[in-house]
Amino acid sequence: MALSTVLETPGAGFNFENATRNAALEALFEGGQTPKPLKTGTTIAGVVFKDGVVLGADTRATSSEVVADKMCEKIHFISPNMYCCGAGTAADTEKTTELLSSNLSIFSLNSGRNPRVVMAVNILQDMLYRYHGQIGANLLLGGVDCTGNHLYTVGPYGDVDKVPYLAMGSGDLAALGILEDGFKHNLELEEAKELVRSSIHAGIMSDLGSGNNIDVCVITKQGVDYIRPYQESEYKDDRKMNYKYRPGTTKVLTEKVVPLKLEVVQETVQKMETA
Amino acid sequence: MFRLYHSTQADVQACEKESARQEDTMNSRGLRSQLKDSVPVAGLCPQGAYGVQDSLRSGFTSVKNELLPSHPLELSEKNFQLNQDKMNFSTLRNIQGLHAPLKLQMEYRAARQIQRLPFLPSSNLALDTLRGSDECIGFEDVLCDPGQSEVMGEPHMMVEYKLGLL
Repeated sequence: MALSTVLETPGAGFNFENATRNAALEALFEGGQTPKPLKTGTTIAGVVFKDGVVLGADTRATSSEVVADKMCEKIHFISPNMYCCGAGTAADTEKTTELLSSNLSIFSLNSGRNPRVVMAVNILQDMLYRYHGQIGANLLLGGVDCTGNHLYTVGPYGDVDKVPYLAMGSGDLAALGILEDGFKHNLELEEAKELVRSSIHAGIMSDLGSGNNIDVCVITKQGVDYIRPYQESEYKDDRKMNYKYRPGTTKVLTEKVVPLKLEVVQETVQKMETA
Repeated sequence: MFRLYHSTQADVQACEKESARQEDTMNSRGLRSQLKDSVPVAGLCPQGAYGVQDSLRSGFTSVKNELLPSHPLELSEKNFQLNQDKMNFSTLRNIQGLHAPLKLQMEYRAARQIQRLPFLPSSNLALDTLRGSDECIGFEDVLCDPGQSEVMGEPHMMVEYKLGLL
């Protein structure tokens, strides 16, 4: 490249060089033919019960009108005592939760302690506020630590709320109705699981963006029970035919075998100290 | 050797102040506070081979494109580290007195000078340790790693520019 000017190396992190070009391209395609990011029109819900936290989510990922993934994983691992449900743009929620998980594991390796839920929430809040909502991640973070059982919600602009139960995503209104009706403080495990399942089910029935199976994740002091799928959809497609080709479908016309002759050129022996 | 470095830094700063003043009058109000401390490099020379406007990559020339950022996050991201440091230092000053940020800034300045030659990517290990960013992972560790950049500056030109001989 014959640059007659001095190069200023682009800094690490986000690169905005193509922003003008993208804006100009979008103006050209006024009909909205630009590729849309994969959104998870979603129903996610979480409930704090007597011994911990129960998180639930559906498993459908949509890309405009098409179901892109029928078995999408929306409950992400953060640390052994914390899981996070994500609604919004699929890539954003995944990458954000992965970064959060990495930061917390570095912290726990450094200090030798289990991370607390407030730490995760603060890291998320700082990160999301810094990007002013451009990262479309609506997160529901639930976990158990030495201070108790916690459920927090973090919005894409960085707003945080500590709640005993909440639903988010495009199906949140239907799910929240069920939760408001059935929630009591200090529920038992089975009651909490059933409450979350029925709220996600209501979200699936009432919202086009949610569907397929229901995942449930139970976090307690003893450990995590990630049940995937907790309930499978009744409308699973049943493939009638087998689409694999049986061996011999393609006829072999000729066969030529060339043996590779290898000869030992050099041999070195290195003694290992196995004391 | 040290005297040479000092003079180039003063020159660069004088250059930045001049262009910042020109921009103040031309900018829209909302961006004024953010643009004061930074110089948009695009205004100095068009990017592209042979110093000519690269129409394929950046579209047609327009004064607006070169002065104002096209993405809402561009400016705030460029100045993010600077603003964070300013905020932290002013908080420190209010809590502990003037000595605390002064001592820290002296260490930062010393650590910032440990760099490789201008065309090579530096690890900034001392600076990272001081800031505490060696124990954090962010988007700057994942995206656009300068060690894996596809373009490299011309070594002789960059060293001459740094020494002020250009």
